[in-house]
Amino acid sequence: MEKYLYIALFAPLVSSMFSALFTNTPKKQFVGIIASLLIFIAFGSSAILLSHILGGGDIVHVEMMTWMATGNLYIPFGFVVDQISVTMMMVVTTVSTIVHIYSIGYMDHDKGFNRFFAWLSAFVFSMMILVMSDNFAGLFIGWEGVGLCSWGLIGFWFHKEVATWAANEAFIMNRIADLGMLIGIFLVYWNTGSLQYDIAFPAMAHLDTSTLTWMGIFLFIGAMGKSAQFPLHTWLADAMEGPTPVSALIHAATMVTAGVYLVIRSNELYDLIPHVGLFIASLGTFVALFAASMALVNRDMKRIIAYSTLSQLGYMFAAAGLGAYWVALFHLMAHAFFKALLFLGAGNVMHAMHDELDPFKMGGLKKVMKGTWIMMTIASLALAGIFPFAGFFSKDTILEAAFAEHHFVIYSVLLFTAGLTAFYSFRLVALIFHGEERYKIFGIHPHEAYRFMLIGMSPLLILAMIAGVFQVPFFNMVEEILSAHEYHIHSHFTLFVMLVGTQIFVGLAILYAYRKYMSNKIVVPDGTSKMENSFMYKLLLNQYYIPYAYEEYVVKPYNELSSMLWEVDKKVVDASVDGIAGIFYNAGENTRDMQSGNLSTMLKWMVAGTVALLSLAVTFGLAARYSDEILAILSGLGV
Amino acid sequence: MEISLNHYLVLSTILFAIGLVGIMRRKNLLLLFFATEILLNAVNIAFAAISHYYGDLTGQMFAFFVIAIAASELAVGLGLLIVWYKRHGNIDLDTMTSMRG
Amino acid sequence: MFEAVAFYLFAFLTIAMFYITVTTSQALYALTALAAGMIFISAFFFILGADFLGAVQIIVYTGAVMALYAFGMMFFDTTREVKEKKGNKFIVVGLATLAAVMVVAIFMAPIVSTNMVAFYPMIEGAGNTQTVGLVLFTKYLIPFEVAAVMLLVAMVAGIVLAGKKMDLSLTLMNAEQIKEIEDKDKKVLS
Repeated sequence: MEKYLYIALFAPLVSSMFSALFTNTPKKQFVGIIASLLIFIAFGSSAILLSHILGGGDIVHVEMMTWMATGNLYIPFGFVVDQISVTMMMVVTTVSTIVHIYSIGYMDHDKGFNRFFAWLSAFVFSMMILVMSDNFAGLFIGWEGVGLCSWGLIGFWFHKEVATWAANEAFIMNRIADLGMLIGIFLVYWNTGSLQYDIAFPAMAHLDTSTLTWMGIFLFIGAMGKSAQFPLHTWLADAMEGPTPVSALIHAATMVTAGVYLVIRSNELYDLIPHVGLFIASLGTFVALFAASMALVNRDMKRIIAYSTLSQLGYMFAAAGLGAYWVALFHLMAHAFFKALLFLGAGNVMHAMHDELDPFKMGGLKKVMKGTWIMMTIASLALAGIFPFAGFFSKDTILEAAFAEHHFVIYSVLLFTAGLTAFYSFRLVALIFHGEERYKIFGIHPHEAYRFMLIGMSPLLILAMIAGVFQVPFFNMVEEILSAHEYHIHSHFTLFVMLVGTQIFVGLAILYAYRKYMSNKIVVPDGTSKMENSFMYKLLLNQYYIPYAYEEYVVKPYNELSSMLWEVDKKVVDASVDGIAGIFYNAGENTRDMQSGNLSTMLKWMVAGTVALLSLAVTFGLAARYSDEILAILSGLGV
Repeated sequence: MEISLNHYLVLSTILFAIGLVGIMRRKNLLLLFFATEILLNAVNIAFAAISHYYGDLTGQMFAFFVIAIAASELAVGLGLLIVWYKRHGNIDLDTMTSMRG
Repeated sequence: MFEAVAFYLFAFLTIAMFYITVTTSQALYALTALAAGMIFISAFFFILGADFLGAVQIIVYTGAVMALYAFGMMFFDTTREVKEKKGNKFIVVGLATLAAVMVVAIFMAPIVSTNMVAFYPMIEGAGNTQTVGLVLFTKYLIPFEVAAVMLLVAMVAGIVLAGKKMDLSLTLMNAEQIKEIEDKDKKVLS
C-alpha cells in the first residue's frame, strides 16, 4: 500500500519535471498527453487507496525521511492516508486528470503549452503534499506550494499586466493570511511540543481554552486567505484572469478548498472551542450571502461562477463551524465536481465566443453548442440543489445541520442564499444559451469544443449527477475519524416540509430567472437603464466598493511608505555598504604609492619595519621581565 | 676602566645605525654599496666581541664567513652595476623605477 | 688601561670615518674614508685577540674589496657630485636613531643568561691562528668548501658580467674568423 501512496504523491511531480524540460520549446502535443497520463496514474493509485480504506483497511502512514531533527524539534517528511485525506486525494486527482485532458484542447493554440502543464502538474503535486502530509509543517509546505503555483498559473499570460497584477494580488493576500497560519502553527508547537497530527491533537485536550482559542483563530486566519473568506476575498474574482482550466482546477476544486481541509483536519481542535466554531460558521454564512449578492448583477461569466464558488465555500465553512465536518467534506467533494464542470463549460463558451465574457453579448448558443449546454445546465441544477443531483444531498444536509443545531438565523440566511444561487446560476445559463442570438451583432461565429474535451468532461457530468449516492458509504467511512453524527430533525413532518419547501423555493427562483432572461427583449445594457443607475446595482457591481477601499486605504499608503523607506535604503544601507568598499579601495589606492619602485624608499620602509619589530620585542621583553610588578600595579588600579 | 662586552655591542650598534642612515640616504648605487659594507663590518665587530668574551670561537668563524660572503656579493654586485651602467648611462637610484607597482 | 685607550681611540676614529662615508657628497672621499674605516676595524679585531680575523680583514676588505671599489669608481663617472634628493632628513636620522636606541636597550638589559656553554672553546696556550685553523678545517669544513665554491661562482659571474664580447670564444674559432673580427674591430677604431 505504501507504494501506491508514493505513486500518487510523486507522479504529478514527475509530470511537472517532464513538462518543465520543454518550457522553452514550441508546443509539443505529447507533453500534454504524458502529463495527463501521469496524473491519471496518480488518480488510479488514489482509487486503489480509496478502495483499501473503504474496505476497512488500516490507515497508511509512512515516514519518508527526516526533515529537521534539532533539539526537541522533530519534523519528518511523513504522509498519511486516512479517510479524510483519501477523500481529498480522490477529488484532487479526478478533477486534475480531467482538467489536464481538457487543457490539451483548450491551450491548443497557446505558445506556452508546455509551460502550462509544468505549472499545472506542479500545482497538483503541491496539493497532494498538502492533503497527504501528517504534520503541520508538511501541510505548510503544500500550502505555500499551491500558493506559488496558483501565482504562476493566474499570471500565466504574463504579458498582460492585468494578469500579473491579479497573480500578485492572489499571492500577497495568501501571504498575509499565511502569517496568521504560521502563528497558529507556532502556537501548536509551543503548547503541544509536536507538529504531528497524531501527537498534537490528543495533547490539545489538556490545554486551557484561551490558548486553544488563539490557536484556532490563527489557523483559521490562514484558511481565510486560502479560501477567500471576507475580508481576504478580492483575489478570487480577479484570479479569473488565468486560463479557464486553471480556474476549474484551482479556484473551484482544490486550492480554495485547502482552507476547508485545514479546518476539517483540525476538527479535534475546533471541537474543543465551539465559540470559535460558531464564529467560523457565522462568517461562512455571511460570505455565502455576500458573494451570492455580488453574483446577481455581474456581467462577467467567469466572475459569476467565481462568486458562486465563494458562496459555496461559505456553505462549507458554515458546516464545518457548526461541527458537521463530514457534511463540509462531502459538500467539498460534490461541489468540486459540478463547479469544475461549470468552469470547463464556461471555457468552451469562451473559446467559442473568442474570449468574450459578457453573457449579455451571447445568447441562443444552445443551437450551436449542444453538449456544453447540457453539461452546464445539469451542473447548475446540481449547484442549485435540485433532487436527485449531487448538490441536493450536500447542501440540504448543511441546512438540516443548521436547523437541528437550532441556529435558525444561519439556517434562514443559508436558505435565502440557496434561492439566490439558483437565480444567478440560471440567469447565466439563460443568458448564454437561450433567447435571441445576440452574438450575431458582433460578428462572432461560435462552434462547439473538440470532441475529446467533451468526452473528457463527461465523467464530471456523471459524478455531478450521481454523487449523492455516495453519501451513505461516505458517512460510514469517515464516521470513525470525524465524530460524525447524523442530524435528526425530531419530527418527520418538519423534515418533509423543509425538504419540499426548499425545493419549491429553489424551483421558483429558477423559473423566475428563466422567464426574465430568456425573453427576446434582452439587450446589451449600455449604462442608461434605470436599474443600472440604481444604488444597489452599482454597489453590487463594484463588489461593495471593497477593492476600491483596499486600493485607496491600504495599497496607496503602503506604497508611499515603501517609497520613503526606499530612500532610506538608498541613503543609509547602500551608502554604508559602498562606504566600506570605498574604505578598502581608498586604502589600496593610497598604499599603492609604497610600491614606487624606488629602492631608497623601500629601504626606508624596511628600516621602519625593523624599528617596529624591535619596539615590539622591547615591549614584550620588558613586560616579561617585570610581569609581577605590572600585575601589582594593575590590581592596584582595580582592573 | 674595564671594557666589557656592552661597550663593544654599543659600538656595533652605533656603526650599524650609521650604516642604516647611509642606505636610506644614498641615491648613488655605488655609495649604497659602501653603506652596506659598513653594516656588515659593524656586525662583524659584534661577533668578534661576543666570541672574545665568551671564550667561544663560533663568533669568529661566523665573522670569517661573513667576510667571504661580502666579498663575493661585492663582485657580483659590481658586475651587475657595470651592466646597468652600460645600458643606461647612470646609476642614480631615482631613475631605476621600472618595478613601479 | 691600554685596552681602554685603544678601544676609545679606534672607536672614535671608526665612527668618524664611517660618518664621512655616509654623508659626504664626493664619492672619492667616501671611498677613502671607507678604506680607512676598514683598517680601524681590523684594529678592533686585534684588540679582541682575533688575530687571524684581523689579518683577513685587512687583506680581504681593505685590500681586495677596496681595490674593487676603486676600479668600479674608475669605471663610473664619479667626477660629478652626487646629487642627493631632498629627502626628509628627519625621517632618516630619526629611524636610525630609534633603531639604535632599541637595540642598545635590548643589549643593555641583563644578558639573557650567564650560563652559556662555549661550543668551541679557545684552547689556552695555542695562538689564535692555530685554533682557528683547527676549528675551521674540522668542524666548519663543509661551509668552508661551500664558501670556496661560492667565491668561484662569484668570480665567474663577475668576469662574465663585465667582460666584452663574451659570446665569442677565441679558442673555438679558427684563424680566419679571428682575422675577420680583428678587421672589423680595426675598422671601428679607425
